[in-house]
Amino acid sequence: MKHLIDIMDLSVAEIDELIETALDIIKDPEKYQDVLRHKKLATLFFEPSTRTRLSFESAMLSLGGSVLGFSEAQSSSAAKGESVADTVRVVGCYADIIAMRHPKEGAPLVASMFSPVPIINAGDGGHNHPTQTLTDLLTIRREKGGLDNLTIGICGDLKYGRTVHSLINAMSRYRNIRFVLISPDELKVPDYIINDVLKKKNIPFKETASLEDSMEDLDILYMTRVQRERFFDESEYMRLKDSYILTPEKLINAKKTMSILHPLPRVNEISVAVDNDERACYFRQVLNGKFIRMALILKLLEVI
Amino acid sequence: MTVDSIQNGYVIDHIKAGKAMDIYKALNLGDLDCSVAILMNVPSSKMGKKDIIKIDKLIHLDFTALGYVDPGITVNTINNGNVSKKRAELPRELRNVLKCRNPRCITSIEQELPQVFKLTDPQKRIYRCIYCETRADQDGQ
Repeated sequence: MKHLIDIMDLSVAEIDELIETALDIIKDPEKYQDVLRHKKLATLFFEPSTRTRLSFESAMLSLGGSVLGFSEAQSSSAAKGESVADTVRVVGCYADIIAMRHPKEGAPLVASMFSPVPIINAGDGGHNHPTQTLTDLLTIRREKGGLDNLTIGICGDLKYGRTVHSLINAMSRYRNIRFVLISPDELKVPDYIINDVLKKKNIPFKETASLEDSMEDLDILYMTRVQRERFFDESEYMRLKDSYILTPEKLINAKKTMSILHPLPRVNEISVAVDNDERACYFRQVLNGKFIRMALILKLLEVI
Repeated sequence: MTVDSIQNGYVIDHIKAGKAMDIYKALNLGDLDCSVAILMNVPSSKMGKKDIIKIDKLIHLDFTALGYVDPGITVNTINNGNVSKKRAELPRELRNVLKCRNPRCITSIEQELPQVFKLTDPQKRIYRCIYCETRADQDGQ
């Protein structure tokens, strides 16, 4: 039995297989609409995340399956002090597969050690969120036609952003990838990612504080939010906050084929004026999230 | 200075000078009801100076904890006067030796979970919590 706890649990071949399945689902959704009839997905959300939960539920329903679960810890037995291990052993009697979101890092790994059914990590605190990374990879594949030979700009909070670290890890396994890491000094990519991933694998990268400077080189621009609470110095936040807001003016030198991604939710880091630009992919990215989750559920239930 | 020879027990040798107390704490030697001798800054031809610990009883010795604190040490086990030697090695996994300090780790709220750390970089001796991947501090906690 396989689980998905960390994106690095999947080999490149397995990710390619998931992407191919997702592409086939997109091509012929009717072929898949009943394949999981009578199967049940439990969504155990110990902290609220409406969009991720709905994405999982929509994915399961689109495969002909059913869903059950809870959307916050207060409505679960965790409020009575039940352990993660006990919760999944019980829920595993009711469902065929479990998607779990938990505020504590490592909770889905604990679940996978005890669960009688496959566990999907739907986000554990600031740690891992592998289905977001799969969503990003499917989006890049669909927008660019492949996952090799890309210059990827990642902008915003590169220190705490879990989606950023997973994306760097995942993309560093493809050929001829270059990164442009755009952030204020306070929010640079941590040293262990720079040393253990980028330098170790000889992947070219550039760190810069300017969003505009490298715009013309980018094939992908992955935007994330710069949060006020991450700054020690309020005045520094006020000085920098507008530098990392993407506007049509900042896109003047960008390639016509560049793709703009964002894990959402967006606050103000991408101006709504950019939404109508054909390079804006973030709403297509949401839809891809559903398709790749469908592929993942099929794989973990060993239907494909 | 004289320390009696041991008939049954251990001589933990080749401890880096100054590390003996770390091992004393890691192995909870203060809780034993037998003699424990700690020799510090003993002249050594190989190491310049070293620490030695003698334990006058055969107890369960946690080699994992020993290897983590100092992978270069030698453990001499003395059983009815017969000596056998074993070198501690850097363990691949530490189970209930360290405690994860990350307040966001699942182990912070589920105390019955085993505290497990994996060796992720043998050269730099970096251990990470298997649950949250937080790096263990070099001071052992």
